[in-house]
Amino acid sequence: MYAQLVKSEGTKTREEMTPEELAFQERIDRGEKIEPKEWMPEGYRKTLIRQIGQHAHSEIVGQLPEGNWITRAPTLERKAILLAKVQDEAGHGLYLYSAAETLGVSRDELMELLHAGKMKYSSIFNYPTLTWADMGAVGWLVDGAAIMNQVPLQRTSYGPYSRAMIRICKEESFHQRQGYAIMMKMAQGTPAQKRMAQDALNRLWYPALMMFGPSDKDSVHSAQSMAWKIKMNTNDELRQKFVDQTVPQAEYLGLTVPDPNLKWNEEKGGYDFSEPDWSEFYDVLAGNGPCNKDRLGARVKAWEDGAWFREGLMAHAEKAAARRAQAAE
Amino acid sequence: MSKEWPLWEVFIRGQHGLNHRHVGSLHAPDAEMAIMNARDVYTRRNEGVSIWVVPSAQITASSPSDKGPLFEPSNSKVYRHPTFFDIPEEVGHM
Amino acid sequence: MPSLPDMNTPEVADLARREADAHPAHPTVPQPDAGQEALFETLLRIGDSTLILGHRVSEWCGHSPALEEDIALANVALDLIGQTQLWLGLAGEVEGQGRSADDLAYLRDAWDFRNLLICERPNGDFGHTLMRQFLFDAWHHELLKGLAASSDPRVAEIAAKAGKEVAYHLERSSDLVVRLGDGTEESHRRMQEALDALWPYTGEMFLGDDKDADMAARGIAPDPASLRAGWDETLRHVLTEATLQIPEGDFAHKGGKQGIHTEHLGYILAEMQFLQRAYPGASW
Repeated sequence: MYAQLVKSEGTKTREEMTPEELAFQERIDRGEKIEPKEWMPEGYRKTLIRQIGQHAHSEIVGQLPEGNWITRAPTLERKAILLAKVQDEAGHGLYLYSAAETLGVSRDELMELLHAGKMKYSSIFNYPTLTWADMGAVGWLVDGAAIMNQVPLQRTSYGPYSRAMIRICKEESFHQRQGYAIMMKMAQGTPAQKRMAQDALNRLWYPALMMFGPSDKDSVHSAQSMAWKIKMNTNDELRQKFVDQTVPQAEYLGLTVPDPNLKWNEEKGGYDFSEPDWSEFYDVLAGNGPCNKDRLGARVKAWEDGAWFREGLMAHAEKAAARRAQAAE
Repeated sequence: MSKEWPLWEVFIRGQHGLNHRHVGSLHAPDAEMAIMNARDVYTRRNEGVSIWVVPSAQITASSPSDKGPLFEPSNSKVYRHPTFFDIPEEVGHM
Repeated sequence: MPSLPDMNTPEVADLARREADAHPAHPTVPQPDAGQEALFETLLRIGDSTLILGHRVSEWCGHSPALEEDIALANVALDLIGQTQLWLGLAGEVEGQGRSADDLAYLRDAWDFRNLLICERPNGDFGHTLMRQFLFDAWHHELLKGLAASSDPRVAEIAAKAGKEVAYHLERSSDLVVRLGDGTEESHRRMQEALDALWPYTGEMFLGDDKDADMAARGIAPDPASLRAGWDETLRHVLTEATLQIPEGDFAHKGGKQGIHTEHLGYILAEMQFLQRAYPGASW
């Protein structure tokens, strides 16, 4: 997902918990929201910073693959829609950084950790967008996969995170639909457009499945995060749900999901499907995806090139405040 | 590392004349820019007609441990809620 | 050496005379659609300027110095693209050849574009982009004020809508120019450099030709020269507060309004029009 392989701190049984920790866990079990400045276990705070930070980084790095086509969008309307969507992603990054900041870390600190390679973002954004059909497939598959995770996260235990997710989900409702609308145009278009659409599905299907992360049914980190309600479902549950939802949508488009083993399983009421190549996933995570260096490079460049701008505005604000103070004397 | 832009809390009053409502936060070098940024960040979908910004550092919050004493007493004043009063149906909507 | 015979043999001269008699309207009496042609041209000049500047500004999306700026600048680009749809849509209507705004944006070559040269200048650093925006906004604001009073109600209506958006663009770009001019030494230097570099591209905004004169005479669009005073006033006010020096030279690069562009426009179009050109007739 946008936050893949987030390591959770500490996993304690109820017997091992201090009275404070136990009271905290009971509040979560009752469905109460935890708010900034309330007491929380250090592990909860650190895990949340990692998860929300990773989620925020994914939003702003996620601007880049789609931003790649803004200047080449084929009509004025498509250009405006794509620009509005990529702009929304900047907004979502901003909301999430703000949520993380309530936990005692600053946005600039998180940025520096991203730039130093000490924090991750979703592996999906290290894949290239090669044709216009990728704008459709990213909206349809990547946003589709993200929504799977984000909808339940609206109920997460940490108040600011939950509120950010509510706002994001509200705004994102158009993202997946615009992607699918592009795919429909392509799938019903010229032979070249159909080919483009199928090619996009072929390239992005498995990376989209990887977004949910490897199976975590035996992971202690996931168990702790689920107990804290900062992770609401297992990776496998979400992946299954995504496949079940997406396959009929592909059929409607007349496109073929690139998986020879894809088959409806009446018994489980879902599709059987092939696992992605997890060695590729780990390669991408280790920095060897097709675009890792370009993506991070673009972020670092934007940050460094913009330093004078941020400093200039700050300097002016301070000067102006000083002038006002002097005038008031 | 250079100095970070301060954090601001943003409150927006929507189209329907309700109270300003907290919508989120953002960074800006000063209040004037915080207002402009809030216009661009938080009213992209025509959400508001009036914006307040407050430096996050200036917010004084009630202490979470006071939650009981601060809010529970009002639980017992159920007569403050309209549903406390039974009005016969024939009276019509009230 | 004997002199060459006169090319205009009596026969040719006679032919020319007869030809001229057959078309008495030309050139002294205007064609019935001459006014429409000038209006079409004027609409292209506005719509192409918003199109190309919107395109340039959209290049920043995902690369700005702060998230808040990224979002704000995308709003400006979105406004400009939206205005383009209206101006070029009306241009297509006025032309009457069935061309849509998209046809005009995606299927003309550089020589048919009529945008101001300043719009196609490369982005440079963020300060350069903001300075270009400020210089353009200050002019755009004056232009739309004039167009809002147009004798053509279609023009007036678009101008009124765009005017509200551009008033905010100008407020924002003015504010940033002041802050950066009066910020650090480095931000001041960068803003002054941007102003100096862009200055020769501002004069074109106020140069009129016979088409402009025709539009002004019919009350459809303001005379470009008439926009200068308001623009000067805005600049004086903002740049003084920004502690920036207005350059002295009055040399003006020109040609954009007549379709003679810088080398940059060709690359913008190559990128922008790629899909429409590579897959003719496809629907997106």
